[in-house]
Amino acid sequence: MLKKYKNLSNYARTSISTYGIILLAFVILFPLQQAGALSYSFSGMLVPICAYIVMAISLNLTVGVLGELSLGHAGFMSIGAFSGAIAAVSLGNGTPDVLRLVLGVLIGGVLAGISGLLIGIPVLRLKGDYLAIVTLAFGEIIKNIVNCLYVGVDAAGLHFSMTDVASLHMTNGTVILKGPQGAVGIPKVASFLSGIILILITLFVVINLVHSRTGRAIKAIRNNQIAAESVGISITKYKMIAFITSAALAGMAGAMYAMNYSSIVAKKFDFNTSILILVFVVLGGMGKFFGTIVATTVLYMLPEIFREFGEYRMLIYAVVLIVVMLATNSSGAKMLKDKIVDFVKNLFARSKNKKVEAGGADSE
Amino acid sequence: MKNFKKVLAVAVAAVMMAACFASCNGEKQTGIRVGGIGPITGGAAIYGQAVKNAAEMAVEEINALDSDIKFDFKMEDDEHDAEKSVNAYNTLKDWGMQILMGTVTSGPCTAVSTETNADNIFTLTPSASSTDVIGGYKDEDGNTIERKDNVFQMCFSDPNQGTASAQYISEQKLATKVAVIYNNADNYSTGIYQKFDAEAKARNLEIVSVGTCTDETTDFKTQLNAAKQAGADLVFLPIYYTPASLILKQAKDIDYAPKFFGVDGMDGILTVENFDTSLAEGVMLLTPFSADAEDEKTQNFVKNYKEKYGDVPNQFAADAYDCMYALYELCKAQGITMDMTAEEINDKLCAQITADDFTFDGLTGTGMKWSESGEVSKAPMAVVIENGEYVGM
Repeated sequence: MLKKYKNLSNYARTSISTYGIILLAFVILFPLQQAGALSYSFSGMLVPICAYIVMAISLNLTVGVLGELSLGHAGFMSIGAFSGAIAAVSLGNGTPDVLRLVLGVLIGGVLAGISGLLIGIPVLRLKGDYLAIVTLAFGEIIKNIVNCLYVGVDAAGLHFSMTDVASLHMTNGTVILKGPQGAVGIPKVASFLSGIILILITLFVVINLVHSRTGRAIKAIRNNQIAAESVGISITKYKMIAFITSAALAGMAGAMYAMNYSSIVAKKFDFNTSILILVFVVLGGMGKFFGTIVATTVLYMLPEIFREFGEYRMLIYAVVLIVVMLATNSSGAKMLKDKIVDFVKNLFARSKNKKVEAGGADSE
Repeated sequence: MKNFKKVLAVAVAAVMMAACFASCNGEKQTGIRVGGIGPITGGAAIYGQAVKNAAEMAVEEINALDSDIKFDFKMEDDEHDAEKSVNAYNTLKDWGMQILMGTVTSGPCTAVSTETNADNIFTLTPSASSTDVIGGYKDEDGNTIERKDNVFQMCFSDPNQGTASAQYISEQKLATKVAVIYNNADNYSTGIYQKFDAEAKARNLEIVSVGTCTDETTDFKTQLNAAKQAGADLVFLPIYYTPASLILKQAKDIDYAPKFFGVDGMDGILTVENFDTSLAEGVMLLTPFSADAEDEKTQNFVKNYKEKYGDVPNQFAADAYDCMYALYELCKAQGITMDMTAEEINDKLCAQITADDFTFDGLTGTGMKWSESGEVSKAPMAVVIENGEYVGM
């Protein structure tokens, strides 16, 4: 069966492994969660893990498939999170939860996609390190803009201000976003089920994009931009497609994330969060979605599992991160692993041979 | 070989999931389970650490008392992040937490108090001062978020500090022209400034210059020069003590010597490393706790804390210490036992804390009372720094 699996096309293998693990996780965990058999701690982590998986897959599209290092991915998450939150709050308590969630996520995705377009125009003219630094700068700009943005809603509609709450000029309304104090009173409508659906949508979009004509063009740009240009591939167009898709998906993840917490602050979506997601991608493997899903889940849960170690928790987390990176990527570790695998194989082979020999001796 | 890696990854993930499924509740319960959440690591660790130390000290003392009320205390780290804070809260729920003493900082507490409100777990925060933590606060235009009716604060709320500062400055006639430097990227600082601004206007206190800074600002000369040129004779600093120490230093460099007035975040300025404390002479601050206070309670607390942890406790430590004793008094008054559910305890404690005849005397104030709004009412105390010590005003 393994052989059959190996003989499948790359597309089929990626689809089976990624959809498979997500559906498997859902089939096992959803009934357990409904029955209350999961610990509060684990149950509480399900939605953020889903959001981070979507973040990591979307970043993998930029970093792994397009081959451009982006250090401002949390900025798109931020745009999605705050616009989604504003949409959900302003829809009011009378609206069904599902509608608030779906509209919030959609609006978050669309706005993040538009900002991806606006940011992409100047950014994608650059390459390599320069592009990385500029994305970092845009991430910080987004954070700082949200930090001085005030938004409220009352009977007359939405009010925006860049100075303070008083200048919103509202009466008997709800202040949604209060600059550095963040957004409060967000309805908690995100659920594990919706998180899984969002991951499946993301996988569907990304896997099909990667394995389409567009995806091949994007990969051609990654492998050799000059060669790609020489055969008539429009560099800007395909870079833009990848970048905007990535931004829009990050925005949807952000909206989902925001609607799992009653309050969020702009500070959360800073450089550190961008790097955290990049770590998920690097450990999961460039352009590999199955690996990204597993790496995100494991790395998200590690600090929580390490709570038992008390104050040394983050130190141990950092050490584990270093060890895992070394173990999966250094050539020395690979050689060691190969040796171990060979040794185990030989062991099996020898014991088999012995059995055959022994059997042969018996029969004589 | 690729498969080997995958199998390994899946195996590791499976083991971890198994570890998470099993909600470890192995420890034997020896008292009412009180959980604490705060930043033990990261940038705000100094606050979480102080709360943890003081709360553990208080629990040891309480458990040594000859009383039916015993506490089990466990503190979890949240790195001053709302997401981690909710994770920490869920971990404590798995542990069997019945009361929450936390969380330490405002942003994370706003997220966690919504959870405790939904789960009916009684919450008393030592130091999360934002009104979003307790909810239900109405501003001038009637804008509000829902009150979380089982969440109470031990510290002053931000607006109270801002209002009290403006009141104090105008009543004591400390100044006529005031300059403000606040951190507009910070929840706490912005909250205080807004209320100070409103109250100052109401009291005809003239604000002649408003300077802003962020967490990363280290050069305040522009803001100080603006204040100097506007002729401000008092500079109000609703910020934490580390940037405040830089401001004092740089004000001296440009020969600007107004009065400086801070709030509780200024507490700790005398302990900043390599800071010339003579610069802080004459600085006034509004703080509920001073480690140099003469009363027996404070002196004992400071002595024991120093013995145990080797440094002088700050206001966060005092707030946490008060929280544990307040919980003790509340539990004693209602006869709480450790086999009650969190919900039962919540109902009883909510009724008790807002009861007319309940008052609490602690390190940070005497005759403290709580209203339905969740805010504490205690007298604000202003101190001035003289000869490197806090002196009451």
